Amino acid sequence: MLLIRCPWCGPRDEIEFRYGGQAGLTYPPDPEAVSDEEWADYLFMRDNPKGPFRERWFHAAGCRRWFNAVRDTATHRFISTYRLDEEPPA
Amino acid sequence: MDERTRYWRPAEPKPSYDVVIVGGGGHGLSTAYYLAKNHGITDVCVVEKGWLAGGNMARNTTIIRSNYLWDESAAIYEHSLKLWEGLEDELGADLQFSQRGVMNLAHDLGDVRSSVRRVEANRLNGVDAEWLTSEDVQAFCPIVNISPDVRYPVLGATLQRRGGVARHDKVAWAYATAASNLGVDIVEHSEVTAFVRGAGGRVEGVETTQGTIRANTTALVAAGHTSVLAAMVGLRLPLQSHPLQALVSALYEPILDCVVMSNAVHVYVSQADKGELVMGAGIDAYNGYAQRGSFHVIEHQMAAALELFPVFEHASLLRTWAGIVDVCPDASPIVGPTPIDGLYLNCGWGTGGFKATPGSGWAFAELIATGASELARPYELERFTTGALIDEHGAAAVAH
Ligand SMILES: Cc1cc2nc3c(=O)[nH]c(=O)nc-3n(C[C@H](O)[C@H](O)[C@H](O)COP(=O)(O)OP(=O)(O)OC[C@H]3O[C@@H](n4cnc5c(N)ncnc54)[C@H](O)[C@@H]3O)c2cc1C
Ligand SMILES: [Zn+2]
Repeated sequence: MLLIRCPWCGPRDEIEFRYGGQAGLTYPPDPEAVSDEEWADYLFMRDNPKGPFRERWFHAAGCRRWFNAVRDTATHRFISTYRLDEEPPA
Repeated sequence: MDERTRYWRPAEPKPSYDVVIVGGGGHGLSTAYYLAKNHGITDVCVVEKGWLAGGNMARNTTIIRSNYLWDESAAIYEHSLKLWEGLEDELGADLQFSQRGVMNLAHDLGDVRSSVRRVEANRLNGVDAEWLTSEDVQAFCPIVNISPDVRYPVLGATLQRRGGVARHDKVAWAYATAASNLGVDIVEHSEVTAFVRGAGGRVEGVETTQGTIRANTTALVAAGHTSVLAAMVGLRLPLQSHPLQALVSALYEPILDCVVMSNAVHVYVSQADKGELVMGAGIDAYNGYAQRGSFHVIEHQMAAALELFPVFEHASLLRTWAGIVDVCPDASPIVGPTPIDGLYLNCGWGTGGFKATPGSGWAFAELIATGASELARPYELERFTTGALIDEHGAAAVAH
């Protein structure tokens, strides 16, 4: 089981969290203006690197806040977790 | 039989081929075989970074069925099942293919309705399907607990009698051997690290740890690592790679002679000929390439399995493992050309591609050889732009 450091609550067991997939996807500001390709890109296309990945987690059975993480998908090891209003630590 | 025909021959890569296939799992090997067998294209090389079929092909729980909801799925999975039914004869190998019946349990009213709907849809598509009441379930599989006072009561099940299991390794070895005997080169321990690009960005082969291999057509069949390879040519795909875990128990006397699957509780179980109970879980939620998952997923699955099969209380866990499954948003695969000339894609089979091993290779070979495949057409990448998704998430019971 992963040990995940919630930026507010500290390290907790993975079973307290829900996974939110890739971080930093932005809803098209003017959805009616985008092409089918751009819409498909927003809805379905995702980065899927083997290595550091910026992703979202939700502390469902804790403070119930969303936060971001950088995690190495090759090892599953967390590199950092940070609040949504923070930049990923260098 | 001498060694040459019993197994595939080891090959050194030639400088160029008509077709190079990246990935020596089940789908890459069946693609190579059908290219050679059905289309006479034998100048083919399968490049595998590890040992032959050591990825998901070696790690799956071997369930075979074709009772998917939508017409496009029924077509390709049923075609695959028909190929399975003649495969031991065709490949001249014992694959331990056993049509012992696959039951998909329904635990609530929603399950019951979608299951009955699926039975009717299957019948319209010529796929054998039956609806069983909970009493029928117990008659078919006496060790299932049908008591109503449990967390996930069994309200009934769908049954596909032609469904079953096969021995995954033997399937890979048989395809590899048959393809090799037809002239296909199978190169193991050779990792693709880049693509050769020609005029206009056309893909013209691969760079590997054993050197450059040129090809007219390059076919990417790399399951969990597809996104990593596609990123080398700047292609972003609707795939996420997740750990998917399974386990076996210690050996027991025969107690389970069919396959039982439950979507709601993420349990699917059969008993291997040797005696182990083989059980699979749901995917771990996070993306991961480490071929291991979190133990709470196994615990969750075992809790549900014990309630369904109280007799399993006595079983002990022998071993757990994980594969890396490439999951699409609609739980259906991607089989088709790419926006990059010379490059074809067969991926996204996720948690359920073992059963499709013959059908996937058959259709993909047809596409590569002739430029079109009726069975593969609905599975092109384009569907994510047109919106013509083939949503088998809930529809097809569990996706395995
Ligand atoms: C635990 C588990 C249980 C499952 N249960 C079932 C089931 O019951 N029924 C069912 O139908 N399906 C099941 N599946 C799914 C099924 O195993 C997969 O959908 C299917 O095996 C994928 O196709 P493949 O065999 O070609 O993949 P793989 O065997 O994974 O083949 C892909 C190959 O590509 C190679 N590769 C990757 N990168 C490179 C590179 N750069 N260069 C060269 N080679 C490379 C890999 O080493 C690998 O051998 C299960 C999967 C898992 C993990
Ligand atoms: Zn918290």
